[in-house]
Amino acid sequence: MTDHSARSSVSPMPTTPQPEPAHWRGIERLLADPEAQAALVEAFPRQASLLGDALDRRHFLKIMGASFGLAGLTACSAYPDDGKIVPYVKAPEEIVPGKPLFYASTFSMGEQVIGVLVESHMGRPTKIEGNPDHPASLGATDALTQAALLTLYDPDRSQTTRYYGDARPYEMFLRDLRKALDRHRADQGAGLRILTETVVSPALGFQLQRVLAAFPKAKWVQYEPCGRNLARAGAKLAFGRYVASQYRFEAADVVVALDADFLAAGPGHVRYAQDFSRRRRARFGQDATKQMSRLYMVECTLTSTGTVADHRIAVRPSELIEIANAIAVGLGIATGRPAQPPAAHAKFVETVVKDLQAHAGKSLFLVGDYQPAALHFLAHAINAKLGNVGQTLFYTDTPEVAPTDQEAEFRQLVAEMHAGAVETLIILGGNPAYTAPADVDFAGGLQKVKLAAHLSLYFDETSAHCHWHIPASHFLECWGDARAHDGTVSVQQPLIAPLYRETKSPLELLAAFLEEFNQSSEEIVRNFWQRNLAQLKSGKAFTPSVSGPVRIGRNAVGLQDEFEKQWRRTLHDGYLAGSAFTPVEVQLTGALAEAMATLPKPAPSGFEVVFRPDPMIYDGRFANNGWLQETPKPRSKLTWDNAVIVSPRTGAELGVVRKHDTEPYPVVEVEVGGRRVRGAALIVPGHPDNTLTMHLGYGRERAGSVGNGAGFNANLLRTAENLWMASGAKVSQTGETTRLACTQMHWEIEAAGAFRRRQLVREATLTEYLSDPQFARTEFDDPKARKLTLFEPPDDYTQGYAWGMVVDLNVCTGCQACVVACTAENNIPIVGKAEVLREREMHWIRIDQYYAGDPNDPNLALHLQPVMCQHCEMAPCELVCPVAATTHSPEGINEMTYNRCVGTKYCANNCPYKVRRFNFLHYSDYDTPVLKLGRNPDVTVRTRGVMEKCTYCIQRINAARIEAEKEDRRILDGEVITACQAVCPTQAIIFGDINDPNSQVAQLRKEPTNYGLLAELNVRPRTTYLAKVRNVHPDLVPARQAASSHSGHGGPSGDNHPDNSTPATTTGSHASGH
Amino acid sequence: MPESNVFESSQSPTSRLPIIGPGHTYASINEKISAIVLQRGTTFGWLVGFGISFMIFMMMLGSISYLLYKGVGVWGINNRVGWGFDIINFVWWIGIGHAGTLISAILLLLHQKWRTSINRFAEAMTLFAVACAALFPVLHLGRPWYAYFLFPYPNTMGMYFPQFRSPLEWDVFAVSTYASVSLVFWYVGLIPDLATMRDRARSWFAKTVYGFFSLGWRGSARHWHRYESIYLILAGLSTPLVLSVHTIVSFDFAVSIIPGWHATFFPPYFVAGAIYAGFAMVLTLTIPVRWAYSLEDFITDKHLENMGLITLVTGNMVGYAYIMELFYGWYSANEYEQFMVHNRLFGPYWPLYVGLIVCNIIAPQFLWSKRIRRNTWWLFAISMFVSVGMWLERYVIIVVSLHRTFLPSGWGTYAGTFWDWTLYIGTMGFFLTLLFLFIRLLPMISMSEMQMLLPGATGVPEKGAARS
Repeated sequence: MTDHSARSSVSPMPTTPQPEPAHWRGIERLLADPEAQAALVEAFPRQASLLGDALDRRHFLKIMGASFGLAGLTACSAYPDDGKIVPYVKAPEEIVPGKPLFYASTFSMGEQVIGVLVESHMGRPTKIEGNPDHPASLGATDALTQAALLTLYDPDRSQTTRYYGDARPYEMFLRDLRKALDRHRADQGAGLRILTETVVSPALGFQLQRVLAAFPKAKWVQYEPCGRNLARAGAKLAFGRYVASQYRFEAADVVVALDADFLAAGPGHVRYAQDFSRRRRARFGQDATKQMSRLYMVECTLTSTGTVADHRIAVRPSELIEIANAIAVGLGIATGRPAQPPAAHAKFVETVVKDLQAHAGKSLFLVGDYQPAALHFLAHAINAKLGNVGQTLFYTDTPEVAPTDQEAEFRQLVAEMHAGAVETLIILGGNPAYTAPADVDFAGGLQKVKLAAHLSLYFDETSAHCHWHIPASHFLECWGDARAHDGTVSVQQPLIAPLYRETKSPLELLAAFLEEFNQSSEEIVRNFWQRNLAQLKSGKAFTPSVSGPVRIGRNAVGLQDEFEKQWRRTLHDGYLAGSAFTPVEVQLTGALAEAMATLPKPAPSGFEVVFRPDPMIYDGRFANNGWLQETPKPRSKLTWDNAVIVSPRTGAELGVVRKHDTEPYPVVEVEVGGRRVRGAALIVPGHPDNTLTMHLGYGRERAGSVGNGAGFNANLLRTAENLWMASGAKVSQTGETTRLACTQMHWEIEAAGAFRRRQLVREATLTEYLSDPQFARTEFDDPKARKLTLFEPPDDYTQGYAWGMVVDLNVCTGCQACVVACTAENNIPIVGKAEVLREREMHWIRIDQYYAGDPNDPNLALHLQPVMCQHCEMAPCELVCPVAATTHSPEGINEMTYNRCVGTKYCANNCPYKVRRFNFLHYSDYDTPVLKLGRNPDVTVRTRGVMEKCTYCIQRINAARIEAEKEDRRILDGEVITACQAVCPTQAIIFGDINDPNSQVAQLRKEPTNYGLLAELNVRPRTTYLAKVRNVHPDLVPARQAASSHSGHGGPSGDNHPDNSTPATTTGSHASGH
Repeated sequence: MPESNVFESSQSPTSRLPIIGPGHTYASINEKISAIVLQRGTTFGWLVGFGISFMIFMMMLGSISYLLYKGVGVWGINNRVGWGFDIINFVWWIGIGHAGTLISAILLLLHQKWRTSINRFAEAMTLFAVACAALFPVLHLGRPWYAYFLFPYPNTMGMYFPQFRSPLEWDVFAVSTYASVSLVFWYVGLIPDLATMRDRARSWFAKTVYGFFSLGWRGSARHWHRYESIYLILAGLSTPLVLSVHTIVSFDFAVSIIPGWHATFFPPYFVAGAIYAGFAMVLTLTIPVRWAYSLEDFITDKHLENMGLITLVTGNMVGYAYIMELFYGWYSANEYEQFMVHNRLFGPYWPLYVGLIVCNIIAPQFLWSKRIRRNTWWLFAISMFVSVGMWLERYVIIVVSLHRTFLPSGWGTYAGTFWDWTLYIGTMGFFLTLLFLFIRLLPMISMSEMQMLLPGATGVPEKGAARS
C-alpha cells in the first residue's frame, strides 16, 4: 500500500488519513485508500493479486505497443493481389473448415475448351471436376484437364521474371518494353510481333485487337503446334470461309472415322464421347439397343476411338487417302481420282459405302485433325452428299477469334525474324523454340530479334532463347474467358491468388501495351463482357466493340445492376447460357478434284511415319506433369517415354523383337529426308504395318526436373511437307538399347490365347446379343451358384447400404481419365520411371488391354477392361492379413487401415486381381511445401511400407453419409459419385447402393450382360462388368456359330436362365473355381 | 533296430560300419572332444574361417541397415510378386533347421544310437538356421518397427489379439515355439558337458563361465535321473514341432488362392523337403568339420551313410511331390492350375524348374550306390546340390507362382537385386559365424552321450564325465 500511495504522488493532496474521500481527483487516489483497497479485495478476491502488480499501465502499454509493432512487421510481405487482407469480421456463411467449395472455371488448351468445377479446400484447389452444365463437359473431363491441377503446384514452375536467365523485377521488363513501344509508336509497330497460341478467348482477342489498333503495322501471329490448322484449311477449301463443324453423334447411326480420334482428342471430345456412348449402350429390352450406332474406324496410328470401333482397320497414311477417295467415289463424288483402295480393304470400303448410303442423313463421316486439308474437304463433300448436314452435323462460326493458316503465318514470322524485320517479339505462352518443325529455325530467328519476351509457365526452351522471361499465371490463378467448341462463352475464374507474386496472365501483360498498368485481369474480363454481353445476346454476328470506356447512360445504376446480375450468374454457372453458336449456311464452293490432286504421294520405298501429339503430355506442355507422365498411354501402355511404335510384323522385319519381357528395348535410328532421330522401338499389336508412329512432346531439355531428358524429340524430323506424316523413312539398328516402362506387357503371345481361354473380357456381336442376351453369363454368374458353397458369407449384406460398381465395357474408350482422376482424388504418389520399370506403379485403377486375334494382324480387335479393387464380399486379402489392417465394412467395402498395416504384402499376393499397391519406398513427397497445398485433405497421405488400393472413394461416401444423416434419410442414388465415375466421359463407370433396387447400379447388375471378373473363384466381387457388344456389319464378319438356338429365353433378371450356361463366346472349358 | 547290446548296435550286420572308432574309453572321448575347445585353442584355420564368415556377417548388417533406411523397395519385389528372396530364404533356412530337431528328438525316441555324435552339431545348426530364418519375417515387413503388432498385447487399438485367421499369425507362434524349445533342448543336452568343460578348463574365466552355465552339475545319480527325464520330455515336445513348423509354413501358401500355392498336399511335401534340406546341410557342414578336427572316430562313415540314406528317402518323397504337383495341375481340370504347370515348365523361369529337378530329383539318385554313399566327396557334392535345389524349389513355388496369376494384365517379372543377394549371402555369414563360435567355445559332440556308446556303459557314466 505504501508504495502504491508513493507512486500516486501526482496527487497534491496531503497524505494525512482522511475519514471519507468525498471528492477525489483520480482513480489512483481512490485506490490508494486502504479501505477502498480492502473493499476491492473483498469484492474481487481473484484479482486481488493484481493490485500490487509492478507492471503499471504505462509499462504495459509500452510492451503492448512494441508487440503489436513487431507483429505488424511480419505482415509486411508483399502480396500480389492489391486487395485488402483482413480477418473475417463476420465469417462468410459458405466457408466451413473441412468442407470443400466448388467454383466454376474453364480449362482451355488451344481450341480445346472445357468447363470445370474446381474443388477448393480452404482456398486451395484440390481437384478438378467437369461442369455438369457446361456443354463441352456435361460433368466429365479428360486426363489432361485432371492433371492440369498438378501444374499449378509444380515446384518447377517459373516464379520470377528473368532477364537472360537472371531474376529481375517485372518493372525492369516494363521499362524495356515501354522503350521498345515508344520506338514502335513512331513506326506504327512495323517491327512488333505478338505470337500467341490459338486464341479462343474473346477478351484476349479483343485486347490483341486493341494493341493492333494502337500499332497498325504490328502483326499478331498464332501458332498452336498441335492445333486444328488442317481442319480449318479444309473448311476454307470447301466453303471459302472458316467454319467449325459441330457433330451430333447421338443422331448418327453410322459413323465412319478416318483417323479421327474424336472420343479422346480435339475440341469437344469429352462432350462427343458422351453423345456417342449414348448410342452404344446395350441395355436389355430397350429399343435403343437395337438401334445401336455403328462405328467404322480407319486409323493409321493408335487411337482410343479405334478400341471401341465395331470395325477397325489399321492402314498406312497413304492407304488411308486411297480408302477415303474410294469411299467418296463409291458414294458418287467426283474426286478426280480413280478409286484404288488397297486390295485387302476393298470389301471394307464396299461395306462402308453401302452402310453410309443406307443411312444417308443419319451418318457421319469424319477425318482426323492431322489429315491433309483436302481430306477434310472430302469429308465435307461426303457429308453434304449424304445429306448429313443439318442432321448429324452443322456448321458454325469458329470459336477461334481469328482463324488463320497458322502454319503459314508462323513460317512467315520466322522468315521475318531471320531477315531482321522483327524488332520486338512478345510470345504469349507456347514453346515454339521446341515445338517448331525442324525446318523452321525459330530459336535461331530469336537471335536477330532486339527484344524477345516470353510469357510462360516454365522457364523453357523458348524462354532460354529470349531476353525476357515472364512467369505466367496458371489458369486457376487468373481471370480469362474462352469459347467452347460450340461457341459457349465460358469464364475462367481463378480459384486462388497467384502462388508466386510475379506471375502474369496474358491479359495483364497486354494491358501494359495499352498503358493500362493498373488493370487486373478480372477487370479486363469483366469490362469486356460489360461492353459486349448485350451485343452477344442480341444474336447478331459477334464483333466486340473496340471503342472507348463503358457508356453510362441515364439508367446507369439500373444497367449496372442488370449486368451485375447476369455476370454473377455467369460466374456461378461457369458459362453464359445460350451463347452457343447458331448454325450458319455454307455452300461447297471449292474444287474438290483440284484439292485432291494436292494430296501427297508416298515415296516409292521406305516406311511411312505418323507424328501425333502425345496422348498424355500433348505437345510437351505437360512434360513436367508427373501424373500424366506416369499414366500409361492408351494402347501402348507406355509411361515416361515416347517410342518409335511399330506393328509386330514390321518389328520382326526391323529385327527389334525382344525375346522376353525383361530384355531392354532396341534403339533405332529413323531417317526422313536426311534428318535423323534415335528412339526406342516399341512393338504394339494393332498398329499398321510399315508405318512408324512417333509422339511429340518428349526430348525436352528445359521441361523441369520431371520431364527433362525423357524420350526423344520427334519434332526434329518434321518439316513443312512432313508435318504430321512422312514417307520414305529409313530405319536402322543402332545396337544401343534402352528401357521402356510399360505397365502391361504387349508381346506376350500367350496373353491373347489366355484371354480367350479365360473369358476375362466377354463380348458378342449385336445380333448374337439380341438372340442370346445371356451370352456373357457362366454358371458362376448365376446367383444360384452362390448358394453352392461350403462357406457362409461372413456378413449379411442385405441390410443398410451395399456399395457396388458396374463398369460398362462397351463404352470404355481407355482414355485414362479415370486413372488421373483417381490419382488426384486419392493423393496417389508418382513413383518415377525407375520404379515403374520395377513394376511398382501405384495407380489404384488400371485399364487392362487384351487383343483378340492374330497378333500379326493389324486389324485385330482390342478389348479394354478397367480394373480397380473389386471389393470382394469374400475377400482373399482380408483372410491373410495377420494384423487385421484390411477388413470388410458392413457395407461391403474392403477397407485399408493404413495405421495398422505392417506391410507383409501377403494380401497383394493373394489378390487374384492384383489391384493392391504397396509403398515399397517413401513415395509420397512429404517435404516440398507447395505440393502439400494440392493434396486432398480427406485422404491420408500414405507413408512407406503400407499397402493401399481403391477404396470406392470412401471419403466421398462418408461426406454424403454425413449430409444424409443430418437430414435423417438414406443416401440417395447418385449422391455418391466416385472420382473415376465423375470423370468418365462415356459414363462407363456406375457406382451406388445395390441394396436400393431403384439405383442405377442395381438396375445394371440385373442386365443379362452383367458378369463378375473371376467370379469362378467365389470371391464375390462387388464390381461387375457389362459385356461388350459390337454392332458389326454382317458383310464384314462371318457369322459365328450364333446362339440362335438359344434365343427366346427369359428376362434380364439373373434367376430365370437355367439352361444357357453355354454362351455364344464362352467356348468349352470353364474354370472350375477353387 | 531293437538291439539290446549297444556295442552290437554299432556294428550293424548289414553295413559292418562302426558308429564309434575302436579303442575309445571314457577318458579318451572326453579328452579328444574337449581338447578341441580347451587345448587346441584358436588355430589359424579357424581364424581364417571365422574371419571370412564374420566379414560376410558384417555385409549382412550393412545390407540390413540400408534396408531399414530405405525400405523394402531396395529389393526386387514388386506389385505382382510381393514375396521374393525374403520368404524364399525364410523357408529355406527354417527347413534347414529341421534336420537338427529330427536328429536330436525323433531319432532319440527311436533309439537310433548313431545320432549321438551328430546331434549336438545338428541342434546348433537348427538354432542358427532358425536365427537366420527369423530375420526375414521381420525384415520383409514394410514397417518392421511395428513387427510387435503380430503379437497379442494390450493396446489402445482395441485389438489385443491379432488376426488369427492369417497363416502368418500361425507362423509367429510356430516359429517362436520352435526356436524356444530347440534352444532349451540344446542347452539341457549341454549341461553335463558344460560341467566337464568346467572341470577340465584351466583358465579362471573359462571355469567361471562354464561353471555358471553348467548350473552346478555334479553328475550325481539324482542329477542324471532328472536330466534323462527332462531330456526325454523335451524330445517328446520337439517331435511334433518337427512336423508342425513346416506344416504351418506351408500353410502360408496352401491357405491362399494362388495357383501353385493352393494345394492340399503342401504340409507333408514341405516337411519332407525340410528334412531333406536339413540333412543335406548337416552333411555339408559335417564333412569338412570332421576332416578339419579329425573326428573320423566319432563321426564315422556309418553316420554319413545313414544321413545319405535319409537324404535319398526324403529326396524321393520330394520328387514324388513334384510329380504330384504336375499331376494335380492336370487332374484339377482347372485352367489356372494347368496354366501354372505350363508356366513352370515352359514359362520364362523354366531354367529354374529344370535346375530344381536336376538338383532335387536327379542328384540324390546317385545315393542308391553304396560306393557313392560312403564317399565323402560324392556326399558333399550331392548335399550341395540339394541345398541349391531346395532354394530353387522355394523360388519356383513363390516367385514363379506369383508372377503370372489369374489376369494376364497382372503378370510381371521378378529378379533379386544386389540387396537381396547381400542379405541372403550375409545370413550365411551370420550362420557360419555362429557355427565357428560354437565350435570354438562348446564341445561340438556330446561327450556324455558318446560315453554311453562305450561297451559296459549303463547309461550313466561313472560320476559324470567330469572326473575321468
